[in-house]
Amino acid sequence: MTITEVGSARRRKEDARLITGRTTWTENVTLPGMLHLAILRSPMAHARITSIDVSPALETKGVVAAFSGRDVADVQGALPCAWPVTADMVHPDRPPIAVDEVKFMGEAVAVVAARSRAAALDAIAAIEVDYEPLPAVLDMEAAIADGADLVHADKGTNKGYTWVFDSAEAGTGGDAAAALDGAEVVIKRRYVQQRLIPAFMEPRSVVVDPTGDAYSIWSATQIPHILRFLISVVTGTPEHKVRVIAPDVGGGFGGKLQVTPEELIAFVAAKRLGRPVKYTESRSESLVSAHHGRDVIQDLELAARRDGTVTGLRVKLLANMGAYMGLVGPGVPILGAFMYNAIYKFPAYRFECSGIFTNTTITDAYRGAGRPEATYAIERLMDELAAELGLDPMDVRRRNWIKAEEFPFTTVCGLQYDSGDYDKATDRAMELLGYDELRAEQQRRREAQDPVQLGIGISTYTEMCGLAPSRVLGSLRYGAGGWETASVRMLPTGKVEVVTGTSPHGQGHETAWSQIVADQLGVAFDDVEVLHGDTRTSYKGLDTYGSRSLAVGGIALYNACQKVLDKAKPIAAHMLECDPADLEFTGGQFRVRGNPDGGKSMADCALAVFAAHDLPDGIEPTLDADAVYDPVNFSFPHGTHLCATEVDTETGRVTIRKYVAVDDIGKVINPLIVEGQVHGGIAQGVAQALFEEAVYDADGNLMTGTLVDYTLPTAADLPSFVTDRTESPAPDHPLGTKGVGEAGTIASTPAVVNAIVDALRPMGVNDIAMPCTPERVWRAVQGGAA
Amino acid sequence: MIPPSFDYAAPTTVDEAVSTLRDAGEDAKVIAGGQSLLPLLRMRFAAPSTLVDLGGVAELRGVREDGDAIVIGAMVTHADVLRDPLVNAHLPLLAQATSTVADRQVRHRGTFAGSLAHADPAGDLPAVALVLGASMEIAGPGGRRVVPASEFFVDYLESVVAPDEVLVAVRVPKQGAWQGRYEKFNRVAQGWALVGVAALVKRENGTVTAARVGLTNMGSTPLRATAAEEALAGAGDAEAIGAAAARAAEGTRPSDDMLASADYRRHLAGVLTKRAVASLV
Amino acid sequence: MTRVSMKVDGVEYEDDVEPRTLLVHHLREQLGKVGTVVGCDTSNCGACTVLMSDPEGRQQGVKSCSVLAVQADGREITTIEGLSGPDRTLHPVQRAFHEAHGLQCGFCTPGMIMAAVDLLQENADPTEDEIREGLEGNLCRCTGYQNIVRAVQEASAEIRQGAQAEPAPPSPRAGEAQTPDDGLPREHVPDETIPQPVP
Repeated sequence: MTITEVGSARRRKEDARLITGRTTWTENVTLPGMLHLAILRSPMAHARITSIDVSPALETKGVVAAFSGRDVADVQGALPCAWPVTADMVHPDRPPIAVDEVKFMGEAVAVVAARSRAAALDAIAAIEVDYEPLPAVLDMEAAIADGADLVHADKGTNKGYTWVFDSAEAGTGGDAAAALDGAEVVIKRRYVQQRLIPAFMEPRSVVVDPTGDAYSIWSATQIPHILRFLISVVTGTPEHKVRVIAPDVGGGFGGKLQVTPEELIAFVAAKRLGRPVKYTESRSESLVSAHHGRDVIQDLELAARRDGTVTGLRVKLLANMGAYMGLVGPGVPILGAFMYNAIYKFPAYRFECSGIFTNTTITDAYRGAGRPEATYAIERLMDELAAELGLDPMDVRRRNWIKAEEFPFTTVCGLQYDSGDYDKATDRAMELLGYDELRAEQQRRREAQDPVQLGIGISTYTEMCGLAPSRVLGSLRYGAGGWETASVRMLPTGKVEVVTGTSPHGQGHETAWSQIVADQLGVAFDDVEVLHGDTRTSYKGLDTYGSRSLAVGGIALYNACQKVLDKAKPIAAHMLECDPADLEFTGGQFRVRGNPDGGKSMADCALAVFAAHDLPDGIEPTLDADAVYDPVNFSFPHGTHLCATEVDTETGRVTIRKYVAVDDIGKVINPLIVEGQVHGGIAQGVAQALFEEAVYDADGNLMTGTLVDYTLPTAADLPSFVTDRTESPAPDHPLGTKGVGEAGTIASTPAVVNAIVDALRPMGVNDIAMPCTPERVWRAVQGGAA
Repeated sequence: MIPPSFDYAAPTTVDEAVSTLRDAGEDAKVIAGGQSLLPLLRMRFAAPSTLVDLGGVAELRGVREDGDAIVIGAMVTHADVLRDPLVNAHLPLLAQATSTVADRQVRHRGTFAGSLAHADPAGDLPAVALVLGASMEIAGPGGRRVVPASEFFVDYLESVVAPDEVLVAVRVPKQGAWQGRYEKFNRVAQGWALVGVAALVKRENGTVTAARVGLTNMGSTPLRATAAEEALAGAGDAEAIGAAAARAAEGTRPSDDMLASADYRRHLAGVLTKRAVASLV
Repeated sequence: MTRVSMKVDGVEYEDDVEPRTLLVHHLREQLGKVGTVVGCDTSNCGACTVLMSDPEGRQQGVKSCSVLAVQADGREITTIEGLSGPDRTLHPVQRAFHEAHGLQCGFCTPGMIMAAVDLLQENADPTEDEIREGLEGNLCRCTGYQNIVRAVQEASAEIRQGAQAEPAPPSPRAGEAQTPDDGLPREHVPDETIPQPVP
């Protein structure tokens, strides 16, 4: 078999419908007799609903129905949490529509169904609600102090769980407390991962069509399969009567990894009214009600020797869950727990995380989910350690990181890192940046007291991709497995349909999967059609998140292709009148070994099984094959990102002068798609460092409730990034790939902040809270200089 | 989101627009480009009974020269301003400041006069109109009146234009010997100015002989930095300019909000004034 | 209800609309032009960008969520669905977005392409900074903008050369460039059939 497609920069198949405006977003789905929903949302962070009257809405023109949480309390079910991280986790029931009490601003309190969206919006304004304000719990430390006001009075605590990993207890390493007690140097810091909003470009939308006793649900979701399963469980609807369709989905970044109140509300409304309904959120609704990300306070203690060798790390987190537990929200910090030791050989480690309830929008997965927080913490700490010891920050890292010859390497967390070469990626990144030249310029600017100072930030990261081995997930109390599935169907004309259980929403699976199949089966790239996102065609799968689709789903696909080849071989042998053992599959043809002429292609075999006139005895007339793959390990991409920033000390403005990313994600299926993932990931990480923050006021009002206030960067706010790759193939993957969806986001945030702090360190600055706004930077300069 | 219902009127003359406004009462609202109003309507922060669309009023179009001034009609968009030869020849500060307003699409619809009438202190053009000594021609039931920019802005989102009046045109004196520069400081490209400074200077042999400094978002209306203006007169080198510019925030009471503290805004006003003036000498 | 007439993607329409109807909703719901999408409610995202003629007949990029349908009365509008040529050949900007991988999820893409078309109408040969500033009214959450900028550069070169069929590569394209500064290492790039719009 000759490989021609894998590794080539194929332009994407998905593009044709997207660049011409001819695709299907959920919001484009319009059904006969469809009603439009509008949702009245709580203007308060915490309040008792003393009365609610939806009848004025019913008198509004065009309105068909209106109901409150109380009206549907018995049938609306509760939103699921799939990751109870501890046996005693507090998990309050979360109704899709609030019944007696609202617990965060933006929570649904009533719903209107009308003939037009405008009429539904007019009508919700007529609904009368009386609220009795309750104290809003907002600050995590105050929330766990004695006598704190409670988000859930009946639970008696705002602490949802405490989860601990200790390498001494686990037997994977030493005692962090002992390491800290006896340390030559201890670096102690508190970092705050501000609250972010995923802000996918396509607002969430859901259409539910009830027909007989079955329901078709279109949703802008990352997880059609999980949604189908959980809608069935939560509403008591037989699973085979629920069909979920995720048509083209406009971005997710973890933000659409959720079973949402809006999906359940639409389901309940459609069931109640017996008519199709559609709900599409506005952007301001999305910002306040779709789940947020990050929002973690990190208390960190790093123990080291004076030569820069790290001897232990202790991490204590407070993670803001918001008002309820999201689908996988409690587990997000736990995904980070195994990454604080990063690429380093720390001998001792302790991690403790408490999930805290507050009267805010729930938090849950956002690109990187736990791993960016961990990487930020350790990469900031390594810089601080170097500064404390007067060492070069890259030298300190090199002293501690795992060497290429030490792979596979079992970390202090017990994970086995598969492959990598940190020196190689770093050397390449330093060369591309012009590290030495920039250090020289930095020195010149310092000596000249230039108002614009230069800083260089380093981030040497790894991450765990390919979520996940099911046994590992089980041991972490996650509610599902981590396998993935693929089906390959040979059509009689030699064309191929591939059904994948992954659910792309911008990642280009149709293109990359076609490349894999084309190589494996010797068919043309254009002869492969990839089907996904409709549980009627793709009935099984675990969807797309956690950089898992290629790392896990890609193996399932590869394995399914091998099964197809195995089925085709005896048929080809029969046609060629030879022993299957004498055949080889090369250049898209089964040929008798040593004879370059007269082979049979997959198309020949497909036609033969279709006709089935002359097949070997006892053979099933099909080439189609399914495969399910459960990974044996995570994969561990790594890389070195370097950022040079100019800091205007008069205004505090930070400008990225140059950004270099050298990533090692193993083998690459499509370098164009990989590059795009890296660019976008870096942009989101830079945005955390410089621009974005969800802010609540003292009463629990979201102050960043529109895109005017939640400041996403535009093209004018970002530079071009220099990207390159090194390649350490994944040993557990037949194609050697690792995953790239989250790498840029994980790596870039500390690179930027380290660069800013590096620029200002001579002024006495050793930290700036994120996002590093001009004012915060300016204040640091003032404070440092004072 | 979708705006609440309203009645719609599309007059073709200024008189008709004024009479429509008078008949429709206090809750009527004028719409020109609508780039500030429509987002407010969509968020249902405003609920006018009637929208009076000036788009069909021919008199409000066009830029013309009138002696030592340029007269800009109420329906002249930012994009019109940017491509207009009279503006580029005689009001380069206005052209440069306009290029920093919002984005291309908004500049294609939004109007110069509308951004003044909206009277948002974070808007870029009110401070520019102020330093350029613009005056506003306003039509109402009692006829027309002319109000200088210094008296036009009343408070946050409030100008002297009454509910039954229409801002017809803005008359802007030619810059002549004045050199101008608008310095805008925002957090992201889409952000409103945290602070903006519109500077006009006259100079001789590298020395500033006269200066006008307008401030964006340093109070509830655009302001003149009079202390800095006085101190700048006679400033001959970077140090003197810096010292004079540092007084830009004197007498201002900028807001202290999520976007920036008052202290930081005061500091920025000085830095931006220094940079604007320094770029002109 | 108010009667409005407008020419959209070359076809004349006459409809009654509520005055409060936004142009984007009129396009999507009354005219079926669902290629133009809504991404926000504050006119930040630009996903709804279309070209609309001004009173002098100049086609300009506008955010169709911030124009009332009644304000578009008598105007000519081009949406993403009307950008392709009469024989459904792609506009150079569409083709460049495909070639340079200027889109991922594709939701911002209609507006981004229309904004780029608008920019290139006014400035046929923009610098990178001019492209970045020219697209400041449009948000993308997937691409980090880098390949969008690259796409606009490629489209600019193609339009200037007036070559519809086989443009000479103006700058190293993603997937073909030699150095990391200019994109990806050179690797095998298969011959590409230009995708056709779905009829």
